Amino acid sequence: MARPVQFNNTVKFEGIPEGYMGEGFMATNFEKVVGLARKNSIWPLPFATSCCGIEFMATMASHYDLARFGSERVGFSPRQCDLLMVMGTIAKKMGPVLKQVYLQMAEPRWVIAVGACASSGGIFDTYSVLQGIDQVIPVDVYVPGCPPRPEAILDGFMKIQELVHAEGLRRRHSDQYQELMNSYGIK
Amino acid sequence: MLTNEIIQQKLTEKFGEALTDWQAPYDMLTFTAPKDLNLKIMQFLYDDETLKFRFLTDLQAVHFPDKKGAELAVVYHLHNWVDNVRIRFKVFTDIQQPDVFSATALYQSANFMERETYDFFGVNFVGHPNLIRILNVDEMDYFPMRKEFPLEDQTRIDKDDEMFGRGKY
Amino acid sequence: MSDHILLPEGSIEKQTTTLNLGPTHPATHGVFQNILELDGERIMKATSTVGYIHRAFEKIAERRPLYQITPLTDRLNYCSSPINNMGWHLTCEKLLGVTTPKRVDYLRIIIMELARISDHLICNSIVGVDSGAYSGFLYVMQFRELIYEIYEEVCGSRLTTNIGRIGGFERNFTNTAFEKLEKFLDEKSGYPAQLKEFENLFNRNRIFMERTIGCGPIAAERAMNYGFTGPNLRAAGVDYDVRIHSPYSSYQDFNFTIPVGTTGDCYDRFLVRNQEMWQSLSIINQAYKKVQEFKGAEAEVYHADVPAYYLPEKKDVYTKMEALIYHFKIVMGETEMPVGEVYNSVEGANGELGYYLISDGGRTPYRLHFRRPCFIYYQAYPELVKDGMLSDAVITMSSLNLIAGELDA
Repeated sequence: MARPVQFNNTVKFEGIPEGYMGEGFMATNFEKVVGLARKNSIWPLPFATSCCGIEFMATMASHYDLARFGSERVGFSPRQCDLLMVMGTIAKKMGPVLKQVYLQMAEPRWVIAVGACASSGGIFDTYSVLQGIDQVIPVDVYVPGCPPRPEAILDGFMKIQELVHAEGLRRRHSDQYQELMNSYGIK
Repeated sequence: MLTNEIIQQKLTEKFGEALTDWQAPYDMLTFTAPKDLNLKIMQFLYDDETLKFRFLTDLQAVHFPDKKGAELAVVYHLHNWVDNVRIRFKVFTDIQQPDVFSATALYQSANFMERETYDFFGVNFVGHPNLIRILNVDEMDYFPMRKEFPLEDQTRIDKDDEMFGRGKY
Repeated sequence: MSDHILLPEGSIEKQTTTLNLGPTHPATHGVFQNILELDGERIMKATSTVGYIHRAFEKIAERRPLYQITPLTDRLNYCSSPINNMGWHLTCEKLLGVTTPKRVDYLRIIIMELARISDHLICNSIVGVDSGAYSGFLYVMQFRELIYEIYEEVCGSRLTTNIGRIGGFERNFTNTAFEKLEKFLDEKSGYPAQLKEFENLFNRNRIFMERTIGCGPIAAERAMNYGFTGPNLRAAGVDYDVRIHSPYSSYQDFNFTIPVGTTGDCYDRFLVRNQEMWQSLSIINQAYKKVQEFKGAEAEVYHADVPAYYLPEKKDVYTKMEALIYHFKIVMGETEMPVGEVYNSVEGANGELGYYLISDGGRTPYRLHFRRPCFIYYQAYPELVKDGMLSDAVITMSSLNLIAGELDA
């Protein structure tokens, strides 16, 4: 089957941040440049336990292609990744493991809770299931659905991109952030 | 052709009146056995040349809080693949002393199933090589599938019981 | 040649390394923990821990009326949830003594076999990924999307389908659903062509064969003792299949074979799954033909007549007293079921999926136990990987098709 070769001429360029530009140089806000760079090269760490992980598989595969959003590399080592994607039910037995993985990630780190179980325990209001991962780690974006469609996961991912883009460089050093960490017992 | 009647006849010949409560709901032969005999029965069903029940399909327990002295029932499902016949038998045990002989020596597959049953109901399988909790956390101090224990997590504070129909009034 | 310095016997202490694989290791595809004792790269001993996503299905099921349990079964083996749903409906129907019309049976078979394909497809492509062949995964995943589109057309959901009701389907299949099915079944552009290509990529691939032949083998005798069922048992050479041995949902009307292997290693499991996909495709084709043969009023039948359990149509609820009562009782879960004790099993994608239901005449089951095939055969894993290489353990795990949700219930 012959596949016609064609140029991808529909590529959209990311907006250049505001600044002062001259010949061969550009002066702009450092925060904006860093935000732009981070936003478009998020390395997700899929922490997939159950059904939502299968939908993530679809998100990652050819049809929905998460790589379009700068996440070609799905890393499996927490030390290299920026975004913890928690997909699926987290049982109480798994809770400490999840926290351990979160602690192993380097700052700045973001967390997205994909699906009803990760967000709130979902339909499993039982003795063995953690009622939402925000009981053990702070969460940035929640994606509803049981399981969410790949489109919804992508939407949640884009929300994270917005957050990453807008985040100030000093946020992680602020007292407010420290307080948040302390409330989870993370030093 | 192996029919339920032949199985029942064979078992009664061997074990006499010890086996009771013969039934056949939905065509599956079911009976109750004293708990000391469970291994002997399984071994007999395994070895006998006509019966040949050599596959343990399933093993689990049921809790009957109202049956005093026989609260826990361990249910075995066996399958004869040659004649394609299934049978089921139960042994009842006191909840105060839930000791039942382990089938692990006969069937490797009983290992996890017995651990699960122990985890859920606290049935103590005598002779099991590694009888520890399997699905729940090791620190758990009760057996959640027993009828008296609630389904929901009792430590939740974010849920208002009134709104979920579990209020006091 | 005696220049070698020979160390006296016993002067080097033999040491083993302990490696913790899991529960979040990327190669485990799910949450399995194995503590491996390694001598170099060879596994001396493996200790498995499970239960990392235990969700207490059986306890929840004791609080739910029959039809509310269907969504729970979805989440057992989420790669092939329609089979779980159908298995549950068949169990309920057995308890209630309902017989379903032939057309319903055939439609169910179409859906179940599609589910089997989607499950095997994931499993086999992941075996490919684990042995270093990522491209197969990317190719076949597109076709899983086609299956999901069919589910969506029938029930509105992709993965956790909640498909069908007790007695049949919630609505008739639309023409679009059949069109999508035809698109999927098309010899040239549909799944058969892709599966052929997938097989060409793997079956006689030297690297793949060297990697999988003799990896994680099990003898038939051991497999039976360990409670293996499904493709893993068939790869070891035992032709046990619930679809043949206790036909449900009119499987007896179809012509298909059970592929078996000989050695029960990863390669055989892979081939058996591939063959089963061909068999499933053939069953779907046969079933689709049979469905098309229904004419007139028969072609509109999509559920049996079980008013006490099957939700009446909305327009009847507004106009008919009886329908309103049934609707209310079903929705509020106030239907009392007959007393009984029933075991029913279906051939799930990875083995005999059994439901043991005890009803004491109440509105909810007194006890419901799921016989989860992979929970039972997972205990053979330490034996399978013993004396093998660490990298073989990874492939063995993926080729066993272990689904964490089903394993941990």
